[in-house]
Amino acid sequence: MTDIRDTESEPGALEFARPDEETLLIRLAGSWTLRNKRPSADDIRKEIESGPRIARIAFDTKDLTAWDSMFLTFITKMLDQSSRDGIAVDSQGLPEGVQRLLALMAAVPEKKGVRKEAGKDSFLSRIGAEAIDFFRSTGDILAFIGEVSMAFGRFLGGKARFRGSDLTMVMQDCGIQALPIVSLISLLVGLILAFVGAVQLIMFGAEIYVANLVGIAMVRVMGAIMTGIIMAGRTGAAFAAQLGTMEVNEEIDAFKTMGISPMEFLVLPRMLGLTLMMPLLCLYADLMGILGGLIVGVGMLDLNVIEYYNQTRASISLYDLFIGLFQGMVFGVLVAVAGCLRGMQCGRSASAVGDAATSAVVTGIISIIVATAIITVVCNVLGI
Amino acid sequence: MTDAQALIVAKDLEISYGDFVIQRDLNFTVKSGEIFVIMGGSGCGKTTVMRSLTGLKEPSKGQVFLGGISFWEADQKTRDRIARNIGIVYQSGALWSSMTLAENVSLPLGEFTNLNVREIRELASLKLALVGLAGFEDYYPSEISGGMRKRAGVARALALDPEFLFFDEPSAGLDPVTSSLLDELIIELRDSLRTTMVMVTHELPSIFSVADNCVFLDAETRTMIATGDPKRLKKESQDPKVHAFLTRGGKNRTG
Ligand SMILES: Nc1ncnc2c1ncn2[C@@H]1O[C@H](COP(=O)(O)OP(=O)(O)O)[C@@H](O)[C@H]1O
Ligand SMILES: [Mg+2]
Repeated sequence: MTDIRDTESEPGALEFARPDEETLLIRLAGSWTLRNKRPSADDIRKEIESGPRIARIAFDTKDLTAWDSMFLTFITKMLDQSSRDGIAVDSQGLPEGVQRLLALMAAVPEKKGVRKEAGKDSFLSRIGAEAIDFFRSTGDILAFIGEVSMAFGRFLGGKARFRGSDLTMVMQDCGIQALPIVSLISLLVGLILAFVGAVQLIMFGAEIYVANLVGIAMVRVMGAIMTGIIMAGRTGAAFAAQLGTMEVNEEIDAFKTMGISPMEFLVLPRMLGLTLMMPLLCLYADLMGILGGLIVGVGMLDLNVIEYYNQTRASISLYDLFIGLFQGMVFGVLVAVAGCLRGMQCGRSASAVGDAATSAVVTGIISIIVATAIITVVCNVLGI
Repeated sequence: MTDAQALIVAKDLEISYGDFVIQRDLNFTVKSGEIFVIMGGSGCGKTTVMRSLTGLKEPSKGQVFLGGISFWEADQKTRDRIARNIGIVYQSGALWSSMTLAENVSLPLGEFTNLNVREIRELASLKLALVGLAGFEDYYPSEISGGMRKRAGVARALALDPEFLFFDEPSAGLDPVTSSLLDELIIELRDSLRTTMVMVTHELPSIFSVADNCVFLDAETRTMIATGDPKRLKKESQDPKVHAFLTRGGKNRTG
């Protein structure tokens, strides 16, 4: 479009000559550019195969009027081919610019061994590698939990070093600032539970038991699970991203060389903050869920507020409440461990931070579900 | 160690990540009070070598002697004591982002000295003033320029009056003027504090203006290919890579 002359110039052309037995002289003429018609490298191959065996290729570019990177790819393709066939190429005849660019390409060799060779392993060896990775990462997790426990031990002994202001920041962030989203989700979960329950219970004229259903479900499990999952997505990811960024920026190295344990200084306040706030958030989520149930009860089922309140109070035991809060606390520990672990394991690249955050959420949510299953079974066996 | 002057010694050092060897067969000596430069192309392992000299990355083979003690064979207590004598200025600055400059400098002072809050604050201000950042005590790292962040990093590294000071590419990302000011600061600090300094860099002006001694790491052979005074190496080195590296500034100017 910009070069009018170029469209008018003659297309690239190839001519062959054999000055002696062993040599193939390639005459390149015309304009070899992106916008022009030009022969392909296969033409050369055909020519080579058609005649007697040659040992050398030379060029004549007297009549070459224009060239660009298209010409360069043509030449490199040809060079590759001839080096595979064991034919020497004399690049003297090429334009000087082309020779320089070819030298430049050869001067930046690919570094071997830097990147792992991918896709070569057999299926079985991949399974083996994955299994070894799994055990190794389990070991890492256990080691991390061990270190956190030791830091916690030093905290109980009054010897852990971290800034009180960090703890209050974490508590504020995963306490008050999490309230809006916890309110919204818990209220909706309460509404949904009540709605689904009401449709069934109304058939028996037992609408009032919606209060039992919502109350027990929220207080015993749903409050804790929903808060746990919200915090895994919100705070767990944030922990991983914060610590991961610090790792990338060498801030964690700086702590280590200063002899300050990042476990105490960074991980401990986050663990403590989240573990302390989770039961409170849980309690709040329980109330919001019950409120959601009440809205359905009063608005849809025409129940009386006092009636609903009394029914709820009668149905929930203190045990249920404690189990719920205990679960909340366990989830707090799990989410904080997942977030901090993935943050501390973060690699050195910028994308590693994103991976760490994602992995923190996944680990957090999986461990919440597994822990719920375990706690439910244990409670069942204990009969509470 | 027989040579009392030899403060940092690398002996047959090999460093790897898993099976991947970054550098091997490293042997060099840093003498008391000198500025020692580690140079080499990007990705050849300069930072990694520095990390094992400063106790952050355990080498896969060989030893690192700091002040005559084999660091990686010492017990944890000795290591902590040595580590407290090391100051590091990181490539990215690595200031703790949630703290002000004064807090960055004060934290190690608060951890490892018995000074009271006022004395710590005064010392922090002094260190910041030393690097030309007087009056910036209450700024956060995100509020100052890259050159100032590097200087603040130097102030923090100086907090505990270390015996060894390590710099990882101090001039990376700085304009020539700022980076030569930083070089001046480094020389000034060495002359006034008598600190032994190890510096990772590939800035030729820095190398020739500050370095007493150097080691050249190669990415392809994954080992050191030269060591000595860079000015002498420039004249005498037979190795084409070393020669090309040390003369590239001159070539660029004439050609
Ligand atoms: N945490 C790590 N895990 C695996 N390889 C790493 C890690 N950190 C650095 N490397 C590799 O080590 C090599 C040297 O890195 P580095 O010491 O940062 O180089 P330099 O500082 O000389 O630019 C690079 O090839 C890099 O890919
Ligand atoms: Mg580096």
